[in-house]
Amino acid sequence: MLDLALFYWLLAAFLFYAGWRNARERRWLHAGFWGVLALLFAGGDWILAARKSGDALPAQLAGIGVIALALLAVGMRREHIEEAPLEQRRASAQRLGHWLFVPALLIPLVTVLVVLFGAKIQFGATPLFGDGSITLIGLALASVIAAIAAILVTRQPAMRAPAEGRRLLDTMGWAALLPLVLATLGGVFAASGVGEAIAALVSSAIPTDSRLACVLAYGLGMVLFTMIMGNAFAAFPVITAGIGLPLLIHQHGAAPGVLGALGMLTGYCGTLLTPMAANFNLVPAALLELDDPNAVIRAQVPTAIPLLLVNLLLMYWLAFR
Amino acid sequence: MNYWPLLGVAIVVIGFVLRYNPVVVVVAAGIASGLLAGKPPGELLALLGESFVSNRALLMFAFTLPTIGLLERAGLREHACAWIERFHSLTLSRLLIIYLAARQLLSMVGLIDIAGHAQTVRPLLAPMAKSAAERTQGTMRREDMQRIDALAAATDNVGRFFGEDVFLAFGAVLLIQGFYAQNGIVLEPMQIALWALPTAIAAFVIHAIRIVVFQRRLARNDHA
Repeated sequence: MLDLALFYWLLAAFLFYAGWRNARERRWLHAGFWGVLALLFAGGDWILAARKSGDALPAQLAGIGVIALALLAVGMRREHIEEAPLEQRRASAQRLGHWLFVPALLIPLVTVLVVLFGAKIQFGATPLFGDGSITLIGLALASVIAAIAAILVTRQPAMRAPAEGRRLLDTMGWAALLPLVLATLGGVFAASGVGEAIAALVSSAIPTDSRLACVLAYGLGMVLFTMIMGNAFAAFPVITAGIGLPLLIHQHGAAPGVLGALGMLTGYCGTLLTPMAANFNLVPAALLELDDPNAVIRAQVPTAIPLLLVNLLLMYWLAFR
Repeated sequence: MNYWPLLGVAIVVIGFVLRYNPVVVVVAAGIASGLLAGKPPGELLALLGESFVSNRALLMFAFTLPTIGLLERAGLREHACAWIERFHSLTLSRLLIIYLAARQLLSMVGLIDIAGHAQTVRPLLAPMAKSAAERTQGTMRREDMQRIDALAAATDNVGRFFGEDVFLAFGAVLLIQGFYAQNGIVLEPMQIALWALPTAIAAFVIHAIRIVVFQRRLARNDHA
């Protein structure tokens, strides 16, 4: 009954709405960006089904859509979209108090409940939850329930929910799409043999028979690439395709879930150490009017280095149980 | 072995370092790697489109935006600030450790942008930390005040980074899941997010110890 495709349609509707609002405000680039994205979401299942049955044309059109998104992203500026006035928000905060946390907490709570018990719920012979990852269906359903709860708690008109959601979406702009395009890059790299090429280079530099050497190469590779690029998300597909998958998962039999989570967190230790992650490290130093622009990084080094060692140890122990 | 597709990696690195728009950099890197691997343009376009569409789940976090946006309109951030202000009588180390714990726990349930450098550190945490230190140390040197500011900002970063990965809908968890799915390994996001817990605990312990050591050193310098 409730399958993932349904929620992708709902998400596409939300993206169309964001595009339409931007079009009304004559922000054409933003309107085009969310519009193309909505089309890719609405047509997703059809594109994948056609590709499987040998018709490449819809997937090629989607590829052109992705290139269009990238070109539109160049011109997108982050604009501040008007919020409710501060006085009104303060008064409302005083009135509602901790009730404000309740709808937000429903999101993880309902998701976990669906994951744990969702598979058992059925009406007659029809299970409530259909095709697709149960976590993602749970998350989408939980978000819808939370939005309804938020409408009830705040006593706002229902259409305020998508309107405020669109405000946040436009505040993020193209940055909202970054994880998705990086995962896409991971797929393209995999099909282009980038992983094998990196693995071949790494194999000539370290003794790949040693599990420890591979763990060190993966963890330190994540830190180094994150420090250079200022973004652990960008380092993840490159280093995992080159070292994580071929050497640790395929050769040494590491558990992928553990390795992925710890690999990303090891990259985060690199984020704490680099001026390239300006939003987190340089911007606060400027906001706080510090004399040394690197003062925040200096304050983070003694936490980041021990935590990096802990992560490497955890990876070595937990990934090979 | 064909090493030419590695130029795609170089494009990612150079593009990020030179601060070009990351979306363009990433798409360009993908196209370059595909062409250098000898894929015909039509095949490459289809690969790009198929890879993007099969990673749609990564935008699932957008589902949470209407809820968060509506709550923000109703004063979610203002309420969080009022909550932090209640801790004004704590010592420096207790204040920062409680903030660290609260920041981690809120990030774990998806309330990631409720706090931050502009939202809470500059207006609240940093001034409160300095006045807490002044209560016990008396007037302080300018460099010590600045070190407290920097530690407050660092505490916000550590709390955010090592909490958000436990939240299922966070980009990192979905990116890991999507990446593996492209390589034929199917995982549920929960199988990934749970493994971020040990690091979250370690980050809390390590940073809390550092905060306590910082306060002790501050007290010792003062008497010297």
